[in-house]
Amino acid sequence: MKFKQSLTGWLFMVPFLLVVLAFLVAPLGYAFYLSTQADTLVGGQSFVWLANYATSLTDPVFIEGVKRVLIFGIIQIPIMLFISTTSALVIDALNTRLSRIFRLIAFMPYAVPGVVAALMWGFLYSKSFGPFVGIAGHLGVKDLNFYSLRMFIYSISNIITWAWTGYNMIIIYSALQGLSREVYEAAVVDGASQVQIAIRVKLPAVKNAILLTGLFAIIGTMQLFTEPNILRRYTNAVSMGYTPNIYSFNLAFAQSQFNYAAAVSFTLALVVFVLTYIFMSVSRRKAKSQ
Amino acid sequence: MSNSNVKTRKSGYLATKSYTANTLMIVAIGYFMIPIVWVIVNSTKDNQDLISTFSLWFPKKWHLVQNLHGLLTQDGGLFAVWMRNTAIYSISSALGATLISSMAGYALARFAFRGAKLLESFILGLVMVPATALVMPMYLLFSKVNVVNTPWAVILPSMMSPFGAFLIKVYVAESIPEEILQAARIDRAGEFRIYWQIVLPMLKPALVTVFLFSLVASWNNYFLPLVMLSDNKLYPLTVGLTSWFEQASQEGANSLLFNLVIAGSLIAIIPLILSFLFLQRYWRGGINAGSVK
Repeated sequence: MKFKQSLTGWLFMVPFLLVVLAFLVAPLGYAFYLSTQADTLVGGQSFVWLANYATSLTDPVFIEGVKRVLIFGIIQIPIMLFISTTSALVIDALNTRLSRIFRLIAFMPYAVPGVVAALMWGFLYSKSFGPFVGIAGHLGVKDLNFYSLRMFIYSISNIITWAWTGYNMIIIYSALQGLSREVYEAAVVDGASQVQIAIRVKLPAVKNAILLTGLFAIIGTMQLFTEPNILRRYTNAVSMGYTPNIYSFNLAFAQSQFNYAAAVSFTLALVVFVLTYIFMSVSRRKAKSQ
Repeated sequence: MSNSNVKTRKSGYLATKSYTANTLMIVAIGYFMIPIVWVIVNSTKDNQDLISTFSLWFPKKWHLVQNLHGLLTQDGGLFAVWMRNTAIYSISSALGATLISSMAGYALARFAFRGAKLLESFILGLVMVPATALVMPMYLLFSKVNVVNTPWAVILPSMMSPFGAFLIKVYVAESIPEEILQAARIDRAGEFRIYWQIVLPMLKPALVTVFLFSLVASWNNYFLPLVMLSDNKLYPLTVGLTSWFEQASQEGANSLLFNLVIAGSLIAIIPLILSFLFLQRYWRGGINAGSVK
């Protein structure tokens, strides 16, 4: 009976495991094999150990791209999560019609394809199609250019913030709704103000949900691709290696350097993994020391 | 909202006349609506008005019908083909993902097989795998086995849903009692029949959530089809629209294609926003499970 149970369990797992094998394990294995090869002058490939990885770690274009997404994340993620958390606390405390409409509208961008979000904002940023440049001109701000070398990264962060703030807010809001009211009714009785309750009682209680949103934001930011790739024609900012994913894509499709593209993809995955790990262990250590 | 009944009030104890909070929420609603409003307004304009009239207000002469007509006739009706492709790709991916992850989740929750615990943490780890980092390796492998530039290259990889398996596992553990399964076994029902006729119907809410999330994920996918497909008759909406956008960008601000990209964007988001408004419950179900992790 026990054996039969075990066998049935595994049989139900088979389709899932096959998919993982075919679309995760096999491609990773093959790409890793490719990343250890290099084109030879005579044509054909030769085994070069981890030379492509050594190249990627000292490749100024790759490092520049990784640095760019890191700086992007360090600026954009805290701003976004601050807005998400504050909004979640407000809509949790304020059960009015306005707050319910706000909850719905703020979450809506999650249903809009990233491509369409990038296109829409791309138009809004433009001088000929969008309202902002014209309005800024009337207000005396001359030559506002969302596509300039300096501005473009902020323009991209705005698109990401627009798309993901509401989603993160809903995750944190769900956690807040799951809290037992007794947790802070004592504080209410003690005469604590709403703001005090929010910061001292609720915020620590939903810490895990906030960490989770932070984790997803880091993973997403490191893989930045869609927005800069779609808007690249309007700006000089998007270089060949603007983000690591754009670099890998260009290496493979513009330059046919498949081996090196595979190595860059792997290094990126490794960087994401290390960052996730550091983030998790730092936040866990902090939790323990409290 | 009376003050007498503190215990039963779920929320709403903050003063409803909190002017700062209300003002900020109204401003935020405006911010989140701007792109949507822009798309709706500008899909009603002709090429001239698109550039010359104020971009957040409707034109004197409406051009919506002509734009939609242009959308359906441009390049021999390519847009309709993209629409159909998107529907086919995302519905088949979502069906596959739902079926596969329901089996896996059920197995994890109700069969104490050897290695189940290990497998579960493996699946949780998979949720964290950077999805786009897999696309290039997949392309390299698929081009070796000639799957590149076929619908399979887009449909099959999207059937991997570790999040779905995890969600179903949690749902089964909470809401399908072991006793029901035991009773069915005593009646000598086969294991697959138990899964198909007893477990699946009871899983319906969770299945809808997994289906919805997989559907939207593959409806919105851009990087995977962009890398895998080179024939524009195989494109989904996302890749198709951006290819027109690129073409329009090269032609300059007067390009007629801009109107079509705008009208196409509107059409592309309508089904999602409708599903979003009418299936709120399931959307939130998925997010709740997400925050439990």
